Amino acid sequence: MSQPRTPPNGARDELSMGPAVVAGRRPRGAVWDALFAGLTRTAAGLVLVLMAAIAAFLVLRAVPALRKDTVNFFTATQWSPDDTPPAFGIGALAYGTVVTSTLALLMAVPVAVGVALYLTHIAPRRLAQPMAYLVDLLAAVPSVVYGLWGLIFLVPAIGPFSAFLSERFGWIPFFASDGIFGKSMFTASVVLAIMVLPIIAAISREVFRQVPADHIEAAYALGATRWEMMRTAVLPYGRPGVISATVLGFGRALGETIAVALVLSANYQITYRILTPGGNTIAANIANTYGEAGHNGRGALIASGLVLFAITLVVNLVARSVVARRKDLSGAQG
Amino acid sequence: MAKRIDISGLNVYYGSFKAVEDIGMTVEPRSVTALIGPSGCGKSTFLRTLNRMHEVIPGARAEGKVLIDDEDIYAPGLDPVAVRRMVGMVFQRPNPFPTMTIYDNVVAGIKLQGRRRKSELDGVVERTLKSANLWGEVKDRLAKPGASLSGGQQQRLCIARAIAVEPQVLLMDEPCSALDPISTLAIEDLIRQLKERYTIVIVTHNMQQAARVSDRTAFFNIAATGKPGRLIEMGDTHKIFSNPDERATEDYISGRFG
Amino acid sequence: MSTVVQAEPSRLMMSRSRLPRWALPLLGVLTVAGTAALFALTPLRGTADFVLIALPTYLLLQTIVVARVEGGRQARNRLATHALTLTFVVSLVPLVAVLGYTLTQGMRRFGLSFLTHSMRNVAESDPYGGAYHAIIGTLEQVGIAFAFAVPLGILVAIYLVEYGSGRPFARTVSFFVDVMTGLPSIVAGLFIYALWILTLGFRYSGFAGALALTLLMLPTVVRSTEEMLRLVPHGLREASLALGVRRWRTILRIVLPTAMAGIVTGVMLAIARIVGETAPLVLTVFGTNSINNDPFNGAQSALPLYIYSEAGQPNDTAIDRAWAAALTLILIVMLLNLAARLLAWWRTPKSSH
Repeated sequence: MSQPRTPPNGARDELSMGPAVVAGRRPRGAVWDALFAGLTRTAAGLVLVLMAAIAAFLVLRAVPALRKDTVNFFTATQWSPDDTPPAFGIGALAYGTVVTSTLALLMAVPVAVGVALYLTHIAPRRLAQPMAYLVDLLAAVPSVVYGLWGLIFLVPAIGPFSAFLSERFGWIPFFASDGIFGKSMFTASVVLAIMVLPIIAAISREVFRQVPADHIEAAYALGATRWEMMRTAVLPYGRPGVISATVLGFGRALGETIAVALVLSANYQITYRILTPGGNTIAANIANTYGEAGHNGRGALIASGLVLFAITLVVNLVARSVVARRKDLSGAQG
Repeated sequence: MAKRIDISGLNVYYGSFKAVEDIGMTVEPRSVTALIGPSGCGKSTFLRTLNRMHEVIPGARAEGKVLIDDEDIYAPGLDPVAVRRMVGMVFQRPNPFPTMTIYDNVVAGIKLQGRRRKSELDGVVERTLKSANLWGEVKDRLAKPGASLSGGQQQRLCIARAIAVEPQVLLMDEPCSALDPISTLAIEDLIRQLKERYTIVIVTHNMQQAARVSDRTAFFNIAATGKPGRLIEMGDTHKIFSNPDERATEDYISGRFG
Repeated sequence: MSTVVQAEPSRLMMSRSRLPRWALPLLGVLTVAGTAALFALTPLRGTADFVLIALPTYLLLQTIVVARVEGGRQARNRLATHALTLTFVVSLVPLVAVLGYTLTQGMRRFGLSFLTHSMRNVAESDPYGGAYHAIIGTLEQVGIAFAFAVPLGILVAIYLVEYGSGRPFARTVSFFVDVMTGLPSIVAGLFIYALWILTLGFRYSGFAGALALTLLMLPTVVRSTEEMLRLVPHGLREASLALGVRRWRTILRIVLPTAMAGIVTGVMLAIARIVGETAPLVLTVFGTNSINNDPFNGAQSALPLYIYSEAGQPNDTAIDRAWAAALTLILIVMLLNLAARLLAWWRTPKSSH
C-alpha cells in the first residue's frame, strides 16, 4: 500500500490510497512498519544474547577458580575451595542431585500418569475441570513453602516410615541405616516428587486429551473395556508425551534448590543409604554455602552451577527431541 | 452367525435434546440395510444405539428396545462391552491405531479377549485380511504401521479389524465418505461379499451407493431443525428407489431436497 | 429368518452375569467392619494403619469377587479404575497437607501487626516482628521484573508469530526460549551475580534480584503470549490488511487487543510463578532485617527470602514467623492464580445453554 508524499487531505496515511511511490522515498507508514518489525526482531535476538551471556559469564567466573583446583573437579567429592591449596569437586554433589531426582521421578511418574488418565477418562466430566485445577494448585505452591513444610512436618513424620523400611528391608543396601532418619535423600526426593508431580500430570493430561476420538471409539467398538481402551488407544498414543513430560520433570527436580537445601543435612559423601541423614545436591550446595564462601569459593560454586546449567540443557534437548519424534508420527498418519 | 435385529419404540437423547424419536424396524440377517436421509436426521445416532456406542458420547442415552435374536441389548445388568463384541463397527474416517502395525491392528480385538497364541493369531490375520480383500496388498508388510496404508486400504484394514473378533452384526457409518471413487468401489465389493456371513447396517449419504449395495433401505427425516429425526419409510431398496409410499422419500431420492 | 436354529449358545447370555449394584458397597462395608474387628482384637492402632490395611484388602477381595462373577477382564477393568482413582486421591494428600499445615501454623502469627512491622531490632526469640520489609521488597522486585519481562516477552512473541514463523532465526529463538524455560532458578541467580555484582561491580540490591526474576519470567510470558496470538483468527489480520491498514498497526490495534485477555492471564500466572522464587534472590538481594524502600541501593528482603532465613532459625518464634510469611506468600500466589482463572473464564465466549 502506498500513498502520496504529502497527503493533501491529511488522511490517515495507512488508509489513504494514492499514486505509486515516488522513487527514492519510502512512505512514512512503511518506515514505521520496518521499525516495528526491527524492534520485535531485536527483542527476539536479545533472547539469544541472554542465553549466550549466561554461558559466557558463568564460564568467565568459573575458570579462575577451576585453574586453582588441585583435584579432579568432576570426580572429587570434597568441597574446600577456600582452603590453601583449594580442593573441590562435584562428585558427591552430582551424585546426590541425580539420585534424589531419579527417586523423585520413580515416585511421581506413576502417580502423575495415573492422575492424568483418571482426569481425562474416568472422572465425571463436570468435575474433571475443577479436579484438574486442584492438581495444578500443587504447582502454585512456592518451593520455599514446600521446603518449610518438609523441614517442620515431613522430616519428623517420615522418621517412623523410614525406620519401618529399614527394619524390614534393611538387608537391601539402600535401606540400611544406623538408626537415625529424617533429613535424608529419601525425604528430599519425596519433596521433589510432590513438586514435579503437577508438571508431569499436566503435560500427560494434555496429551491424553489429544488422543483422537476415532481411536477411542475404535477400541470400544472392538469390545474393549475402559481399561483396555486406555491400553490400546490412549497409552500408546500418549507415550512420547509422557516421556518428554518425565524428562522435563527431571530437569525441574535437578535444579530445585531451596526445598532441598532445607530438608537435607548436607555433607560431601557418596552414600547409597538413602534413608540416613546426608547427601547433597549441586543447587542446594550453592544456596547453603554461598553465604560463607570466599572469593575462590564463589568461583567454585559458579563452576558447579555451570555444570547444572549444562545438564539441564541436555535434559531439555532430550525432551524436545522426543516431542519432535511424536510430531513425525502424527504427520505420517495425516 | 448373522443375527436379526428388532428395534421398537427407540428414542435417543443428547442431554435434554431428543435426537431420534420412536424408531421401529426389523433388520434381516445376512442382508445389507442402508440408512439414508438428510444430514442431522439421526441416522448415525441411531446406528450407534445398535451396539451402544452412543454411550461413549457424554450425555447421550437411549430408551426403547433393541433385540438381537430376541435378546434385549439394553437389558439391565448387561455389559455394553459384550454387546460391542457381538456387533462390530466401522467408522466414517479410517481409524487404524497409529502406534500399531498392520498385523497388530487386525488382532487388537482378539488379543483383548485373551487369545494370544501366535499360530492362532497368524491364521486369523491371514483369514480376515483375505476376507477384507487386503491380503494381497499387505501380506509382505504386515509389520509396517497401519497408518502407512492409503485411505482405502486403511478402511479395509479397519473392516478386517472389526470382523477379526467374529461379530454377528457389522455397522458401518458412512464408510466411504472419506475415500476416492476407486477405493469406494473396492469397499462396496467387500460389503457384497460380507453379507454372506454378516448382518450389515450401513449409513450412507450416497444414494447410488445405497442402491448398489443394499437389500433394504430405510429413509430418515426431520420435520425441522431442532426436531427429532424419525423413520419415514422402510422397504426393499428396489421399491424405495422406484416407487416409495411416502412423498418425502420420493422428494429426497429424486433430489428435490437434502 | 428368525426360525434359523442357533447352534451356538448366545454370547450375550454367557456374559450376562453381572454383579448387582449393592454387591460392591456391601463388600466395602464388610471390609471396614472386618478391619475394625481386627483393630479391636489386636494391638493395631491408628488411622493410617487402618487405611493401609482396609484399602488393599478391599481391592483384593473386590478383584476376586468380580473375577469370579464377571470374568478376568472386568476384574482388571475395575481394579485399574480404582487404582487410577486412588492416584488422584494420593496426589491431593500433599496439597491438603501443605495448605492445611500452612494455614493452621500461619494463623498463629498472621495479622495486621505482622504485615506492618519489620524485623529491625527484633531478636529471633522475640514473639513479635513482621514481614513488612519483605513484602515491600517482593513488591518492588516483582514490579521491576514485570516492567522488563512483559514488554520484552510480548515483543518476542509478536516476532515469533507475526514475522518470523518458519524462519531459521525464529526457530532458533523459539528453541532457546524453551531452554530458558528449563533454566534452573539458581543458575539465573548465579548469572546475575557473576555479571552484575562480580563483573560490573554493583552491590547487592533489589534490582539485581529483579534482573534474575526477569530471566525466569520472560520465557513464560513469551510462551503464553505466543499461544494466545496464534489463537487470533487469520481472517482478522487479513480483513485489517485488506482495508489498507499497515502491518504494525494491525498487530497493535487488532491482533493484540483480541488476544489481550489471554495474555493478561498468562502474565498473572508468570508473576505467581516468580513471586515465590527464593534461590536467585539468595545470591542477588542478600536479605536484611530492616526496611529498605530503595530497590537500587543495598540489600533488601523478600517474602521467600524471609521464610528461608526464619526457617533456618532454631527458635519456635522464628518458625512461627516463617509460617505466617508462607501464608502471606501463598495468599498472594493463590489470589493471582484465582484472578487469572476468573479472567480467563470471564473472557472466554461461553456457549449459550
